[in-house]
Amino acid sequence: MNFETIIGLEVHVELKTNTKIFSSAPSHFGAEPNKNIHVTDLAYPGVMPVLNKSVVDFGMKAAMALNCDIADVMHFDRKHYFYPDNPKAYQISQEDRPIGVGGWVEIEVDGKKKKIRLNRIHLEEDAGKLTHTEHGYSLVDLNRQGTPLIEIVSEADIRSADEAYAFLEKLKAIIEYTGVSDCRMEEGSLRCDANISLRPVGQKEFGTKTELKNLNSFNFVRRGIIKEVERQEKILLSGGVIEQETRRYDESTGDTVLMRIKGSADDYRFINDPDLPEIHIDEDWKARIRAEIPELPDARKDRYMNELGLPAYDAMVLTLTKEMSDFYEATVEAGADPKLASNWLMGEVSAYLNAEQKELAETKLTPEGLTSMIKLIEDGTISSKIAKKVFKELIEKGGIADDIVKAKGLVQISDEGTLRKMVAETLEANPQSIVDYKDGKGRALGFLVGQIMKASKGQANPQLVNKILLEEIEKH
Amino acid sequence: MTKVTKEELLAVADRAMLALTDEEADLFTEDLATFIGYADKLNELDLENVVPMTHALQQINVMREDVERDVLDRDEMLRSVKEHQNGEIKVPTILS
Amino acid sequence: MTLLNKTTAELQSLLHNKEITIKELTEETFARVAKTDDKVQAFISTNEEKALERAEQLDNEPVENRGPLFGLPVGIKDNIVTKGITTTSASRMLEDFIPVYDATVVEKLNQAGMVSIGKLNLDEFAMGSTTETSAFKTTCNPWNLDHVPGGSSGGSAAAVAAGEVPFALGTDTGGSIRQPAAFCGVVGMKPTYGRVSRYGLIALASSLDQIGPITRTVEDNALLLQAIAGHDEKDSSSSSKEVPNYIEHLTGDIRGIKIGVPKEYMGVGVGEDAKNAVLEALKVLESLGAEWEEVSLPHTTYALPAYYYISSAEASSNLSRYDGVHFGYRSEDAKSLDEIYRKSRAESFGRDVKRRILLGTYALSAGHYEEYYKKAQKARMLVAQDFANVFSKYDVIISSAAPTTAYKIDGEPDDIVTKYMGDILTTPINLAGVPAISVPCGFSNGLPLGLQIIGNHFDEATIYKVAHAYEQATDFHKRTPAIWEEK
Ligand SMILES: [Mg+2]
Ligand SMILES: [Zn+2]
Repeated sequence: MNFETIIGLEVHVELKTNTKIFSSAPSHFGAEPNKNIHVTDLAYPGVMPVLNKSVVDFGMKAAMALNCDIADVMHFDRKHYFYPDNPKAYQISQEDRPIGVGGWVEIEVDGKKKKIRLNRIHLEEDAGKLTHTEHGYSLVDLNRQGTPLIEIVSEADIRSADEAYAFLEKLKAIIEYTGVSDCRMEEGSLRCDANISLRPVGQKEFGTKTELKNLNSFNFVRRGIIKEVERQEKILLSGGVIEQETRRYDESTGDTVLMRIKGSADDYRFINDPDLPEIHIDEDWKARIRAEIPELPDARKDRYMNELGLPAYDAMVLTLTKEMSDFYEATVEAGADPKLASNWLMGEVSAYLNAEQKELAETKLTPEGLTSMIKLIEDGTISSKIAKKVFKELIEKGGIADDIVKAKGLVQISDEGTLRKMVAETLEANPQSIVDYKDGKGRALGFLVGQIMKASKGQANPQLVNKILLEEIEKH
Repeated sequence: MTKVTKEELLAVADRAMLALTDEEADLFTEDLATFIGYADKLNELDLENVVPMTHALQQINVMREDVERDVLDRDEMLRSVKEHQNGEIKVPTILS
Repeated sequence: MTLLNKTTAELQSLLHNKEITIKELTEETFARVAKTDDKVQAFISTNEEKALERAEQLDNEPVENRGPLFGLPVGIKDNIVTKGITTTSASRMLEDFIPVYDATVVEKLNQAGMVSIGKLNLDEFAMGSTTETSAFKTTCNPWNLDHVPGGSSGGSAAAVAAGEVPFALGTDTGGSIRQPAAFCGVVGMKPTYGRVSRYGLIALASSLDQIGPITRTVEDNALLLQAIAGHDEKDSSSSSKEVPNYIEHLTGDIRGIKIGVPKEYMGVGVGEDAKNAVLEALKVLESLGAEWEEVSLPHTTYALPAYYYISSAEASSNLSRYDGVHFGYRSEDAKSLDEIYRKSRAESFGRDVKRRILLGTYALSAGHYEEYYKKAQKARMLVAQDFANVFSKYDVIISSAAPTTAYKIDGEPDDIVTKYMGDILTTPINLAGVPAISVPCGFSNGLPLGLQIIGNHFDEATIYKVAHAYEQATDFHKRTPAIWEEK
C-alpha cells in the first residue's frame, strides 16, 4: 500500500522586543539565571499582566508579511497546565481571537512552486527554562518566562520532509526580513513542532497524527519527519494503529521517542483573561505597520533576476537571509558587477563562513572591501589567484583591496618586456621541457607556466604568460 | 441532582492538582451535584442571542511602552523559595 | 486620653494644634487593639514597631503638607500585599509569605500619610461570608461575640466596629465589603469595578474583585476612597476616568433624587426585619425630598448561580499558581513533582477553597464550558442590562445589604445552596460592576442591619450624597457596641 504524508507545522518565534510581553523585565537571551525577572513573571499573589505595545506591533508585522488577515478585535486567553516552568500554571495565549488568521507561505521544491496555507498566528508568552539534572531534581530559570512569542500554525498542507524544510527556510527568511525576530534555532528563538500522519493514497480523511517535538535545527526537522514517517508506515503496514501521542526527536540516535500519550489531562480550560482588556486594531494602526514592512525575500529575488540578471538559483540563495541579501545589495550599490559579487558571496564568502562557523557580521568584510577587490580583478590589476590572498586579508582584517595590494606589492605583472624576460630565463633553465612539448607532451607547458608563476610569486598575469611562452617556444 | 459522579469529581480534582481524601471526594461530589442542580435554573433563560460578558468594564487597548523597569532582585526572589541552587529554583524531576 | 470617639476632623485639629502627636495616636491605637482584639480577633498580624517608627517620621511633616487622612491609623485586609509584611490571605498556603512589593492601594495609603496598624482577618482567599474559613482564627462580631462579623472582610468590619481602627480596607467580590459592614454596623463601599487598582490584591475572581473602604461614617468612607481611587498603569482593568471630589457631594441635599426599589430584592429569602428597615429608611429619604418607586431587576434570581460559576471558574484559574514550587507552602513529604503539587495544595487549602476550585475546574472542563461557564457569562450580561435599564431612569437603587443579621458562629447550614443564598442581594452588583455601599439602618435583636445603596457606574458621588444625607438624618451610626465601654 502507498501512503501520503500529511504534515502541519507549529512554529514558535520569539519577538525581539526590549521587554517581556506582560512585564517590564528585559527579554534578552543569555543573562545569568533568574536575573531578567519581574514580580509578574513569578506569578506572585496580586501581580497583574500589562501588555507590551511593541509585541502587538511586531506580531502584526509578522502576520502581515505572512499574508494573514489582521484581527479587528483580539483578546488573550488563559491556557491552564501545571509545570514548574509555568509559574501561574496558565500560559497567556490567544485561543479565540488571534492577531492573524489565514495567510500563506510560497515554497519551491524540485522546481515546483506551492503555497502552504497558514491557519493562524497568535501572540503568547514563553515559559521559563527547566534543566534536568541527573540527581533526581530539576532547576528552574525564569528569565525566558514571559518572552513574547508568535505561534504560527500551518494547515496540514505539507507533504514531505523536503517541503517542511523549504517551508521553514522561507518562513524564517520572511520573519527575519521584517526584523521582529532573529529566528535563531540554536538560541531557541525559532522552534518547531510537527504534526505528522499518513493516509493511503486516494483516501480523503486524515489518519491519526503524532506530534513531534524537540526539533532543534532545520536538519533535525527533516530527519525527524523522515524517521517518523518510516515508523508510522511500518506500523500501518503490519496492520497496527497509530496512537495519538507526543514524540521527541532524539538527536543522538536520530529516532523519534515516545514522550506521552495524549489524554484527558490535555484539558486546558481556556478562559478569556479578565485581567487583559480587548485590543481593537483600526485601519490606521494597520496602515502604519504595513508601511514599516520592508521588501520581502520573494520580491527581492524577482528583482535580482529581472533587474540584475542573476540566475534564479543565485537570487534564491542570496535572499535566504536578510544579512546576506543586504550585503549583496550594498556591494552592487558600491559598483561591483552583480554576477561577480554573487559568485564571491555564494563561493568564497560562504565557504569561509561555513569553515569558520561565523556570521557575516562577525567578519571584517565590508561591501566596499569586496567591491574594491572585484574591481581590481576586473581591470586586471590582480589575478584571481592573488585575489584569494587579498580576500583572506579583507575578511580577517578589513580595509579595501587597493591598500592591501599596494602594501604587499601584489599588483599583477602585465608588462610584456618583464614577462618576456622571465619566460626566456625559464626556458633557458629547462631545455628538456621544450623538447617534451614539441614531442607532444602537453603537460610540459603547464610545468613551465608553473615555474614562471613561482618565480613571479604568483604576480605574473597568467594569460599573458601563456601567450608569450608559446611565442618564445616557437623561436626555439 | 445526580449529574456529578464521584469518578468525574476525581477527574476534576486531578486536573486541579488536589489530592482528596475519600471523605472529601464524597462530600464534594454531593456539593457539586447540589449546586449544579440548583444552577440548572439558568436553562430557563433564552440565551441564544446574548453576548457573554467576560469583563466588568469595557476598556480597550490598554498597553504599556516597551521600556525596561522594576527588575526583581534575584536574592529577594530566592528568599521565598524553599530550595534553590546557583540562583535557580530546585524541584524534583517529574516522576509519573 | 481616648481618641476613639473623635471624628476625623477633630483628630486632625488635635494634630494640627499639637495637642497630640501622630505617635501618641498610634500608641493609643495599639493599646486599644491590645485591649480589644483578644475578644474580637480581627487582626492576623500587627506591626507596632514599624508603625511607631513611621508615626514618628510623620510627626516631622509640616502641617500645611498634610491631607485629611494624614497620621491616621488604618487596617488592611490580609489579601492585600504589603512589602516586607507577611500577607497570608488567611491561608496556610501563604502562612509565611512575605511580599516583595506593595499593592498600589498600600502605596496610596502611604502617600496619604496613613499609618498601617496591621493585617486583618478574612475568609481564606476571601471565599466565604463569615470569616470562619480563615485558617488562623475566627473573628467575632463586636455587637455580640457569639456571632460572626460576616465576610469575607470580617476582620476589617469588626476592627472598625470595635473601635480598633477608624479606617480599614476590605475587598468585595460578591458582597465581601457590604455584608460584613452591614453585620457590624459600619459603612462599607464597594466601588465601581475599575475605580480602585487591583494591583496587589490577591485575586479571587479577577472580573469581580474590588478593593474598598470600611469606616464608621460616610464622610470617612469618602475620604478613604478619595485616597485610593484612580487609574493605575499596573492594572489594565483600572479606569482612567477622573475621580471626582467626593466630599463636595456630601451636601445633605437629596431633593429630587430618584430611587428605584427592586421588588426582587424585597422578596423571598429576605427577612422581615431587613425589609422593614429598608421601608423605614425609604421614609427617611422621602422626608428629605427623594422619591422612590418599585422597579424590577428581572434576572435577579439568575445572578447567584451565574456568580458562583464565574467566580469559582476564575478562582480555580487564579489559585492554580499556588503549587508549592515558586513560593508558598510546600508539602514536607512530597517526593515527586506531582506530589509537590497535589499534596501542597491538599494540605494547605481549606475545605471551602477546595470546593470552589473543584466547582470552577468542573465548569471550565471540556464538555462543560458551554453548558455552565459560558451560560453564566451570558446570564451575567442580562443581569448587567437590568441595572443599565433601571439606571437610565433612577439615580440609585436601594435594598437591604443582607437578607438577615449576622449568623451565629458555627451556625452555617450544611447545604451549600442555602449557604450561598446569603449573597443574593450583593452578588448581582459585582456581576454588573456597579458601585454600592452599606450604611447602618437599624438593629434586630441587638445586631445591626445595613442599607445597600447602589449607584450607576462611576457614580460613587451620588451614593455618598444619599448615604450621607440618610446618615445625618438618623443616629444608627452613633451607636457603639458594648465592647467600646469595657475596660
Ligand atoms: Mg500549539
Ligand atoms: Zn504555543
